[in-house]
Amino acid sequence: MPTPIIQVSHLKKIYQTGTLETVAVDNISFNIKQGEFVAIMGPSGSGKSTLMHILGALDKPTSGSYVLDDKNVEKLTDDQLADIRNRKIGFIFQAFNLLPRTSALKNVMLPMRYAGIPMEERIKTATKYLEMVGLGDRMDHTSNQLSGGQQQRVAIARALTMNPALLLADEPTGNIATTQAAEVMKIFQTINNQGHTIVMITHEPDIASYAKRIINIRDGKIISDKTNGHQIKIKTK
Amino acid sequence: MKEFLEIFVESLGTLTLNRMRTGLATLGIVIGIGSVIALISLGQASQQVIQNQIQALGANLLTVQPGSQSSGAVRGAAGGATTLTNEDATAIQTDPTITTISDVSPEVEKRVQATAGRNNSNIQVTGATSAYASVHKITISSGTFITDLNNNGMQKVIVLGPTVVSNLFPDGSDPVGQSVRINNISFRIIGVTVSKGGTGFANQDNIAYIPLQTAQKQVFGQTYLSSIALEAKSADQMVTAENQVGYLLLARHKLSDPTQADFTIFSQSDILSTATAATGTFTTLLSGIAAISLLVGGIGIMNIMLVTVTERTREIGLRKALGAKKKTIISQFLTESIILTFAGGLIGIIVGIIFSYAYSYFTSSLFVISYTAVLLAFVVSAGIGVLFGWYPASRAANLEPIEALRYE
Repeated sequence: MPTPIIQVSHLKKIYQTGTLETVAVDNISFNIKQGEFVAIMGPSGSGKSTLMHILGALDKPTSGSYVLDDKNVEKLTDDQLADIRNRKIGFIFQAFNLLPRTSALKNVMLPMRYAGIPMEERIKTATKYLEMVGLGDRMDHTSNQLSGGQQQRVAIARALTMNPALLLADEPTGNIATTQAAEVMKIFQTINNQGHTIVMITHEPDIASYAKRIINIRDGKIISDKTNGHQIKIKTK
Repeated sequence: MKEFLEIFVESLGTLTLNRMRTGLATLGIVIGIGSVIALISLGQASQQVIQNQIQALGANLLTVQPGSQSSGAVRGAAGGATTLTNEDATAIQTDPTITTISDVSPEVEKRVQATAGRNNSNIQVTGATSAYASVHKITISSGTFITDLNNNGMQKVIVLGPTVVSNLFPDGSDPVGQSVRINNISFRIIGVTVSKGGTGFANQDNIAYIPLQTAQKQVFGQTYLSSIALEAKSADQMVTAENQVGYLLLARHKLSDPTQADFTIFSQSDILSTATAATGTFTTLLSGIAAISLLVGGIGIMNIMLVTVTERTREIGLRKALGAKKKTIISQFLTESIILTFAGGLIGIIVGIIFSYAYSYFTSSLFVISYTAVLLAFVVSAGIGVLFGWYPASRAANLEPIEALRYE
């Protein structure tokens, strides 16, 4: 049995505001194996965003350990974390977060630039992934010339370029039309079938039902963690 | 290098997105650098002009003036004493201890009213010998200068400076052969000098020359001299000459203590260095003021960069989330501020040069460009980019990625 991609044990995050302590993540432990498609669900304020920030190496836990792809993340310096985010994690945000007034191609190439990959290879890889998400004909469009769904597909292409161990999606369909949401989910399932591990944060049960496994969080604790028996499967041609 | 080029191109792109702001931020540096260049150039030009004017008075020139005369506790003005005599001048010329002086020009001078026909003018009249022309580098444009014959014969002849000519003979007729009245004595004009320049009280053209003997005995009624001008044989003998003349005059005036001397010897280099120091101070002062405007320009850059960082908080957060390290973010923002100040510096240098050229063109003074100032401006403008870009850049680099991503 392969070692899990993500090993989280006794993870705790406490925010201190004045004398008031807020426990956002309360002693959470779970493992995620290679090739899983996990939805983390919970109402707002449940701590799912904090958990996602820690999983994304954007924030450090107060206590507990987090091992991503055999690397202990919780004790790294800022620059080492930047490197982990660059090589091991592909981010997909609710607000897409593309660079404004910049072409789709350049947006997709950005993580490879920070990794120091040569220009020719950057263009080749970025083109490949943009074609994969169906935007091969819009590579020169700037982000404001694309629809929400298209922008999110650019973001997915960007997340894939470094071939990360983990794809981390934060409410990926929150800002796009329902019809386009299905399109995005279809791409998620396609890349999941190719072996990519996906962790998706959402509060929409419809969207969560595309995942293979659903973890429910409330008040910083896991209240349920089970395989999704009713996974919606989109046929991929 | 390739990475730097990429950051450079990207920064250039970002800066051109907001042309108005970029232009205004740059303007502060343009004005700062431009005024530094222009003011240093103006300062150096005026220094050059003053030096040239002093040089025109004659090189290797020593001037002996009577010191102030003390009677009891009252000290008179310098030059007011009557201690320099014609015999002193003759002694300097003939004494065997004086080996370094080639020419001696005893002089008396006073301001008088001169009239010619219906025109009159307040001029300086100098009683001079034939040596005056060579010591003071006087050139004659028409006629002759005062000769020994004129002097020994106490003739009533006069040589006019060009300003005197234009004031007394505004019709443009040739004054040589005509006459001028001074103290009710009629003088025949025998020559006109070439212009030496100078303005106001330093106007070296508003002068008329008459024979020394005539001046002392018939016009001013005095036996003493206003000054003795001496020409040293060469520039490196100036100090020796000053000493030789000083000791001779002390001996002649029966003084043993040099601090009690009743005369003063100036050399041209003294005047030159004083004037140079004065204009140098002036240049420094102007440059200081210009440096303040440069500082203000730098603060303007910092201000704009801080606004840019705040505006692009989300972008910075995204870049960090995608793996940009601190130094990548710092170099991105530093590059932007350096491009701003460097461009400003470059335009400022051009503006400064145009200004100094225009100044020299319209005032027909010298056009001097200080290459050190240009080089300095270049380095300083890039330095300002680093200095004032550093704080905003490190603020950007130290943003927490989540905070930055959440920022609306």
